[in-house]
Amino acid sequence: MEQETAGPEARPGATGDGAPPVIGPGYTFRSVEEKISSITLARRTPRGWWIGFAISFTLAMVMLYTICYLLLKGVGIWGINIPVAWGFAIVNFVWWIGIGHAGTLISAILLLLHQKWRTSINRFAEAMTLFAVACAGLFPLLHMGRPWFFYWLFPYPNTMEIWPQFRSPLIWDVFAVSTYGTVSLLFWYVGLIPDLATIRDHTKSRFGQIGYGILAMGWRGSAYHWKRYEVTYLILAGLATPLVVSVHTVVSFDFAVAILPGWHSTIFPPYFVAGAIYSGFAMVLVLAIPLRAFYGLEDFITQVHLQNMAKIMLATGLVVGYGYGIEAFMGLYSGNIYEKYSQINRMFGPYGVYYWALITVNVAIPQVLWLKRVRSNPPFLFVVALVVLSGMWLERYVIVITSLHRDYLPSSWGMYSPTVWDWSMFLGTIGFFFALMFLFIRFLPMISIAEMQTLLPESRVQHDDHAGAAQEAH
Amino acid sequence: MPVDSEATPQPLVEQTGRRYWRSLEEFLDTPEYQEMMDREFPEQASEWTDPVTRRRFLMLMGASLALAGLNGCSTQPAPREKIMPYVRQPEPMVPGKPLYFATAMPLAGLATGVLVESHDGRPTKIEGNPSHPASLGATDLLIQASILGLYDPDRSQALTYRGRPRAWDEAMSAFRSALDKLKTRQGAGLCILTENVTSPTLDAQMTELLDKDHFPKAKWYQYEPAGRSTVLEGAKLAFDEYVNTHYNFRKADVVLALDADFLLAGPGTLRYTHDYSERRRVRTKDTTPDNFKMNRLYAVECSLNNTGGVADHRLALRPSQIEVFAQALGHKLMVREAPDAAGKLPEEARRWLEPLAKDLSEHSGKGIVLTGDGQPASVHALAHAINRTLRNVGETVLYTAPIEVRPVDHGEQIAALVEEMAGRRVEMLVILGGNPVYTAPTDLKFAEHLAKVPLRIHLGLYQDETGALCDWHIPEVHYLESWGDARAYDGTASVIQPLIAPLFGGRSAHELLAAFGESPERGGLEVVREYWRGWWLQQKEKESGDFEMFWQRSLQEGAITDPKFAHYTPKLEGWAERVAKAHRGEQGASAPRAGKFEIVFRLDPTLFDGRFANNGWLQELPKPVTKLTWDNAALMSPKTAEELGISYVHGSSSRFSSTGGEHGHALVDVVELTYLGRRVKAPVWIQPGHADGAITLYLGHGRQHVGRVAEGVGFNAYALRTRDALWFDSGLEARKLPGEEHALACTQMHHNMEERRPIRTASLEHFKSNPRFAHDLTAAETQQAEVLEQVPEPEPRGHAEKEQKKEEPDRRLVPLTLYSEGDNEFPYNGYKWAMAIDLTTCTGCSACVVACQSENNIPIVGKEEVTRGREMHWLRIDRYFEGDPFDASHVSAHFQPVPCMHCEKAPCELVCPVAATVHSHDGLNDMIYNRCVGTRYCSNNCPYKVRRFNFLQFADYATGSLKLMRNPDVTVRSRGVMEKCTYCVQRIRTAEIEAEKDERRITDRDLMTACQAVCPARAIRFGDLNQDSGVKQWKDEPLNYALLAELNTQPRTTYLAALRNPNPELETK
Repeated sequence: MEQETAGPEARPGATGDGAPPVIGPGYTFRSVEEKISSITLARRTPRGWWIGFAISFTLAMVMLYTICYLLLKGVGIWGINIPVAWGFAIVNFVWWIGIGHAGTLISAILLLLHQKWRTSINRFAEAMTLFAVACAGLFPLLHMGRPWFFYWLFPYPNTMEIWPQFRSPLIWDVFAVSTYGTVSLLFWYVGLIPDLATIRDHTKSRFGQIGYGILAMGWRGSAYHWKRYEVTYLILAGLATPLVVSVHTVVSFDFAVAILPGWHSTIFPPYFVAGAIYSGFAMVLVLAIPLRAFYGLEDFITQVHLQNMAKIMLATGLVVGYGYGIEAFMGLYSGNIYEKYSQINRMFGPYGVYYWALITVNVAIPQVLWLKRVRSNPPFLFVVALVVLSGMWLERYVIVITSLHRDYLPSSWGMYSPTVWDWSMFLGTIGFFFALMFLFIRFLPMISIAEMQTLLPESRVQHDDHAGAAQEAH
Repeated sequence: MPVDSEATPQPLVEQTGRRYWRSLEEFLDTPEYQEMMDREFPEQASEWTDPVTRRRFLMLMGASLALAGLNGCSTQPAPREKIMPYVRQPEPMVPGKPLYFATAMPLAGLATGVLVESHDGRPTKIEGNPSHPASLGATDLLIQASILGLYDPDRSQALTYRGRPRAWDEAMSAFRSALDKLKTRQGAGLCILTENVTSPTLDAQMTELLDKDHFPKAKWYQYEPAGRSTVLEGAKLAFDEYVNTHYNFRKADVVLALDADFLLAGPGTLRYTHDYSERRRVRTKDTTPDNFKMNRLYAVECSLNNTGGVADHRLALRPSQIEVFAQALGHKLMVREAPDAAGKLPEEARRWLEPLAKDLSEHSGKGIVLTGDGQPASVHALAHAINRTLRNVGETVLYTAPIEVRPVDHGEQIAALVEEMAGRRVEMLVILGGNPVYTAPTDLKFAEHLAKVPLRIHLGLYQDETGALCDWHIPEVHYLESWGDARAYDGTASVIQPLIAPLFGGRSAHELLAAFGESPERGGLEVVREYWRGWWLQQKEKESGDFEMFWQRSLQEGAITDPKFAHYTPKLEGWAERVAKAHRGEQGASAPRAGKFEIVFRLDPTLFDGRFANNGWLQELPKPVTKLTWDNAALMSPKTAEELGISYVHGSSSRFSSTGGEHGHALVDVVELTYLGRRVKAPVWIQPGHADGAITLYLGHGRQHVGRVAEGVGFNAYALRTRDALWFDSGLEARKLPGEEHALACTQMHHNMEERRPIRTASLEHFKSNPRFAHDLTAAETQQAEVLEQVPEPEPRGHAEKEQKKEEPDRRLVPLTLYSEGDNEFPYNGYKWAMAIDLTTCTGCSACVVACQSENNIPIVGKEEVTRGREMHWLRIDRYFEGDPFDASHVSAHFQPVPCMHCEKAPCELVCPVAATVHSHDGLNDMIYNRCVGTRYCSNNCPYKVRRFNFLQFADYATGSLKLMRNPDVTVRSRGVMEKCTYCVQRIRTAEIEAEKDERRITDRDLMTACQAVCPARAIRFGDLNQDSGVKQWKDEPLNYALLAELNTQPRTTYLAALRNPNPELETK
């Protein structure tokens, strides 16, 4: 890999404002377009794709099978019980929702902050968000005792003349997650339109022409189109930005509002949001590092991207670590015997090993990101990102399970352990997620062509006028 | 079930017009029904019962109508009593409104009066009979669960000959010819084996059968595995005659229980608990503060039982040491004949003698020394002597004529029968109830010798171990379907009247004996009525009116006082010689045995002697002290366990497994028990408080032929029980089996309170000095100290506040709240329902748990689901141990029933997304099942964890007979919904309707929750806080406290702290 020999600063093709380059040298509008769209337009699907897709699709089928069995039998097939009435389903829900944070953060917040390096990762990060939210959305639905009545959680006019109970954080969840899902989808789709048009124009298959044609919604690249596109995109970015913060805040309310020691804590919203970004960026890295190697996209997803993401991970990881510290401190310092016991039990009780594993993988190991050597070594970064992903999953497991399993009355303390169906559902959603990712990579441009082109020196001619630059590309 | 499908009769029962819809289940769905029958019970929602389609429904309806017509051509015999459809509605019968009938439940021969709630002819719930002396309105857990026994689909449903169904007439002709043959030999070779009999009617019938005109040489044996022979033999040793002993706890200030668990089981337990508890309540309203008085209970026992658990002082001794203890105590109390045996006692027991003797003699005439059934006759005799010396006889200890119609030594009887059988002197054996193949002492080899009897007839509720080895098996009727009579612990007789025609056909013992006699077609009613007519005619002072009036009144009241059972004082003379003689005999028989441990047999607290093994409620009911369900285990002390190489971790007696644990799944070691060459494998349960060096085994498990529920549950302790040692013996060897583990289902494994004070307890002395000790609002004492240290004491402003300060708890300890007083509070102007539970008198007997289950259609979930922590009991009893587990005598237990708290600020309501749990205007925390979507958030947020979730389809929608049993006023919950205690809202609403009709308010008399009604200790009160109700009075007591009050949930269920009355002279050093 060339980036090891030459530092990004030394690269030609920098955006010209002194910032490190975020695209490889020697690209033109056409070569960018060809490089990215060729993945979609290629006749032959690479064998690696088939293998990856087959594995993840199989897992997705496992998920479907689990869902069928679950609907047939009831949530009792999982390991949940009284007192631990929430188990894997909620752990996975929070985990997936957290992962879903990076996409919108990258797209919206970094767009508003004029972080140009975002352009090469935002597309698939947004796709990742959508798929993660889809996986996340399954869990609260299926974890209900009677999922066929899920619509009772929506305020719709009905003959029973009854509203949902608006004081319940679960209702807030419904609004938060569905809003987030909708805005993310719109944002992603609006961003895709120019590229869909590009593919439509280049594809040779009739099927593709019609399909991409419909999806491109008649995009012709006129100045009007570009103007409206830019405005819409900015508005959506503005809308999505508060959602990045609100979704996980609301998710954390599920816990913080409850009176359970270990849940009832005001630190939860910020620390959940930080955790979400943490795991989100980890997932982007986990996806980006193999992708760029496999499709030879090192010029588009450069060292700068990896380094920046690693830095964000490091920062959010520190916030999360601070969260753990404050939680422990508050528990022990509060003088509340329940809080105190809950904290000590979390550390040294029957699930203590999970807690220390969590501290190790989520706080200790990511400290290696301080080292530039680590940040600039993609395989190493990949491993750290995987570790962080599992750490964030563990965090939710520790929060959900250890708080529930020993609460107020010692008589009803109990243990929780997942069953095979918990695992099949969890691994199934991972398969489902990757199956969707594989389809996305194959059928849609995984990097925004139009936006990448704006990074080229040529586009500077127009004094940063995106519309003009992109128009020229056509 | 062992019965092969060919042998299962196809239309299963005799058809009668009123039961046609039952056939709908059994006849039309035959293959499915069979499949369902074969499946492991309880059905754990193996399918989401799909609704009947329209076509199928029409098909079923059409066919069931056709079937109803078929009743006319039934070949089954017509019912013996007239059963007609109503042409005009009978006066008391209003559809939808229950009726109550008095009857009595016999158990091991002894009756407890009950009132049975009947909905349109279906008995659904059993309550105690307030006018019956053994009940006073309360019932125990076995009685509560007997309603499930009635509807048990595994009950035997057909008369069989070697497994094949036969008609009654066929059986009768076979019996007749056999009897005719025997009659020529005056009945020699005819043996009848019954259980313990107190029924005067059965006695009369047997007398008739055995008289000189019939079968004078026939023999009648009685065998009851839980037989109280030791009690009777003890009385015989003491008084040289059989005497029935009972006690008056109302007058007792000091009670010494020698291995007697009188608060949980045994004859008169409900009455004893009631009277004992009456003397334990300390109420500031009733008494002046310096006159607080409580009785005092000393318990000497081996395993920690309910009685010992709540006793003021508890001494753990091996059963063999208890006689020594009694002797030493007798010696101290100047009982002439008692030897000074103090030297042989452990130190802790010696320490007891002086203060105990002093306390007993100071309360002469107001004390009771009672001995458990498991102690040998000599201890009983000694206790009689001690009671006489203490002048308790006639005051607290009462003697009457024996209530058994023929008092016998049951062990001797069964041995004699086996000898007869072994000698091939038995031609025809009639077993009327009971299951001797399973319960007879193992060394007698009953089954082996039974095979030598040419004609074996078994009458039983189940085609059980005995039924399987008999030629003829006749289904027995349940006590709720038959006529009969029995006596209570004090001799009061009750007529047992049926509530429903036999569900599965069958005969009662009375009917079978009548069939053997002169008039084969006499029904149970006729037989019983005839006896009582004769009895009535004999009574000297006949009240006015005719027999019919007496009969109706007896049926209505459920109790007949029999003057034969007046108290008297038998002569106590020469007993020491008899005891000594008996001892000599014993010593000759049994030399001291090798083997380190003592083996102790006890009746299972929930399954009794095993007869209730197929009762799912009882299997799943956590055993009161161990909290084990669906299993038995070898109970031993932590020290004994260590000796065997089994580790004991304080606070949790077993390891947590990877699938659950703590609450639910416990993986324990397995030991091999060897006693007299017989081996049994048993899981180990470490029981703090158990005497060291002894191992207790519960009988009643490990059944072979019984039904789906009991199949494969537990191990059979009868396999070690011999004729010579029915209750305990030395010579037990135990060996840990390395590598073997057994999973037990235990509902509570965390034994200590973690300084949280869910149960607040103090001695009477402490209460006197600090009456508000329980009232302070924070939980932990450590926390209290911390708060008081950190927060400066506010200066009292003015005199008034100073005065007030004395009354109120320290404000610094009251948790802060966002709600200012009275601000935005719902006023609750109408009713304001609340409950208070008195922990001083609660003995943890668990009857309330079963009562709640019965009242509220609560399903059972099976062992596997219990190991997953999913049991459904709305009311649970928390049990905590106190003391050092390695010091057996200083371990005591605390019991705390926990229903829903109905918090005014309920945390569950706030988090439900669909408003499925909301507050009612009268303060109930309601659960709306059909609105619930099952997010389980409410359970997570419930600090009391009283909510129960239908993780799977737990309610059995399929079994027809169970549908009959359900309370029609309570929804049967489906899968995926949350449920919990409702304060028996159906009862509240019924009472409301009644009160509204009369334009008055509901009073305490109109309304009782199921748990309240059943409680023998009257430890639960429920009512309206807006009136001067019973519960209001309790809530005004200083002992009243709310569980986790510091969370500001403002629970409507509160507790009265537990008081104990220890002897200051015996306080721990």
